[in-house]
Amino acid sequence: MPVDQSLVGRTFPPTRPHEVSEQQVRAFVTATGGQYDGGPAPATFPIVLAFDAMNAFLEAEAIDLFRIVHGEQKFAYERPVVPGDVLSATLSVASLRQIGGNDIIGTTSEITDAGGAVVCRTSATLVHRGEQ
Amino acid sequence: MSLPTRTFTITRADLVRYAEASGDHNPIHQDDEVARSVGLPGVIAHGMYTMALAARAVGDWFPGAEVVSFGCKFTSPVVVPADGGVEVEVAGEVKGDADGLTTVALTVTSGGQKVLGMPKAVVRA
Repeated sequence: MPVDQSLVGRTFPPTRPHEVSEQQVRAFVTATGGQYDGGPAPATFPIVLAFDAMNAFLEAEAIDLFRIVHGEQKFAYERPVVPGDVLSATLSVASLRQIGGNDIIGTTSEITDAGGAVVCRTSATLVHRGEQ
Repeated sequence: MSLPTRTFTITRADLVRYAEASGDHNPIHQDDEVARSVGLPGVIAHGMYTMALAARAVGDWFPGAEVVSFGCKFTSPVVVPADGGVEVEVAGEVKGDADGLTTVALTVTSGGQKVLGMPKAVVRA
């Protein structure tokens, strides 16, 4: 079933604040073969927050995660994420189009810290693969 | 200016660890059957895994530099075999230097094929 067109422009509630721990950053770094010696989290770490927001969006819209393939991801950083940050992501649906039985969903997420300051803005294109 | 190409290997075990660390438990990154059911050739790496490798290369090229922006398209899936692993190569070219910001155009390939579309990072070096 195609994704509902009326979603465009909708902003979902912010995700529950999440405290970034050093342990979590280390796990993220080592999972991608790196070594963590303290300091800021890797550039792609904010995806953890954005993914949380995306999951909430997919659940709210009853979209199966296994039908989602990542099409594009962009990050614009105000500052790096550091352990101890308490972050929340707010997702908006920016665009939606149907191509060849797939839904191409454009989303933006704003990741903010405990003080409400923007840490990172990120946009993702999600390809929802239609049932064959 | 060309930057030294970095080569990384991705295994299924890496994808399991990455799923845990990132919270992305999409079964297309773990289960061949599910991956095939949505028209993929088999288990594929998280796009964000490949992007994280590209970020590692940028970190190696510009140690300690703050990344200002980073983006790419996921144009071709990186299929990860059940045994062994798959190699991903990350090459980079400095495209510009202005106002303290360095723009790096990356080329990320696996098996000779580009897997990321227009990957680009801007760093404050």
